[in-house]
Amino acid sequence: MAKPINISTPLSDQDVENLKIGDEVLINGVIYTGRDAAHKRLVDLINEGKELPFDISGQIIYFVGPTPPKPGQVIGSAGPTTSYRMDAYSPYLIARGLKGMIGKGARSQEVVEAMKKYKCVYFAAIGGAGALLAKSIKKAEVIAYEDLGPEAVRRLEVESFPAIVAQDVYGNNLYVEGMKKYAR
Amino acid sequence: MREIEASYISEKVKELCMEANYDLPEDVLLAFQEAKEAEESPLGVSILEQLQRNAEIARNERVPICQDTGFGVVFVELGEDVKISGGSLKEAVTEGVRQGYGEGYLRKSICHPFTRKNTGDNTPPIIHIDLVQGEELKIIVAPKGGGSENMSRVTMLKPSDGIEGIIDFVVNRVKESGGNPCPPIIVGVGIGGTFEYAALLAKKALLRHVGSSNADPELAGLEKDILNKINDLGIGPMGLGGRTTALAVHIEMYPCHIASLPLAVNINCHASRHKEISL
Repeated sequence: MAKPINISTPLSDQDVENLKIGDEVLINGVIYTGRDAAHKRLVDLINEGKELPFDISGQIIYFVGPTPPKPGQVIGSAGPTTSYRMDAYSPYLIARGLKGMIGKGARSQEVVEAMKKYKCVYFAAIGGAGALLAKSIKKAEVIAYEDLGPEAVRRLEVESFPAIVAQDVYGNNLYVEGMKKYAR
Repeated sequence: MREIEASYISEKVKELCMEANYDLPEDVLLAFQEAKEAEESPLGVSILEQLQRNAEIARNERVPICQDTGFGVVFVELGEDVKISGGSLKEAVTEGVRQGYGEGYLRKSICHPFTRKNTGDNTPPIIHIDLVQGEELKIIVAPKGGGSENMSRVTMLKPSDGIEGIIDFVVNRVKESGGNPCPPIIVGVGIGGTFEYAALLAKKALLRHVGSSNADPELAGLEKDILNKINDLGIGPMGLGGRTTALAVHIEMYPCHIASLPLAVNINCHASRHKEISL
């Protein structure tokens, strides 16, 4: 397989335009976490015309609810959760400048249209590899919605966080193409 | 009559919750290795390798295999000659889950269905109790993740749908689930009984040794047939294409009503976690 591509946040339009489905990437820099409950709150803020708790322009949101860290750990196990549950919310955040999402499983047509229109890429991380993926997370702090516990928004600093481009800004979908290639 | 202290049961349930989440059983690890050797997709092989590394880290460092440490699903086989002292069995199991998820740094994933407010200690668990002969108490803790549970279904087929109808439903369920339930998956199938019993059979099927065959040759053949059809879908590891979509299909069956053909499909992710103890 080709060598993984190193990318660093924040991402520009050009950064995401260069990524194609099947590319393996190593993500570096700051990323933010959010899953069901946090997404609902973020989109409620947008609909009320209020400020978001962090500037999402050029950023990546990782759909994850980690386990609590053991003493001495930066974060507990931290693999991706299933992304389709965020489909109702993601287009609002993409329109606000979100450039990347990390999760698992395919996205809806509405999300794909927003990704094409505003230039945003969708990465798959390996579901169920929470212990391994936590090794790439060097710092973690809760920056919003602490009351949500595992669902709080965290600011993570990552080094060489491994992911695969699953759906790109051109509307290509590895979930469809990969399956076609290996079906009998 | 044999007496078992409720606090002892809690202690053992606590340990099982932690062990189940840290230590992936050997049968699953063996299935990863076999899948890796047979996988045609380079990306699929790379994913399976990373799952092996992940399991090794979790076991060595005693950290959760997956951040979704699951709903605490507990099966209890209670001998008729066992008396629980110092509390009730259900309270003892619940307390064990509370302590295991707290002391084991496991994620608390249980919430109110409407407000989504987290109960904070991963209780209540789901407890299935079977009364059996003897004076033993067997406890199986099988933490169940939400992603794969969401892809599971129960349906009431018509008797005329027959075996073909069963095969179609199971294979289509897996196809529609795609990468969502974290393939390679284990597919638990419950056939017969009633609406709720089919689902319980499917859940129990997930407790079997991965890749073990049903003792009934007809069902063993059906398991193999469905597994081949599922792997021919091409979904592959994490749904990104490949020959390994399921590691195993396990079927359990029970007689049903003359009007019915209940069918349940309970999908488990590759982190097929369960630990048991006999007291």
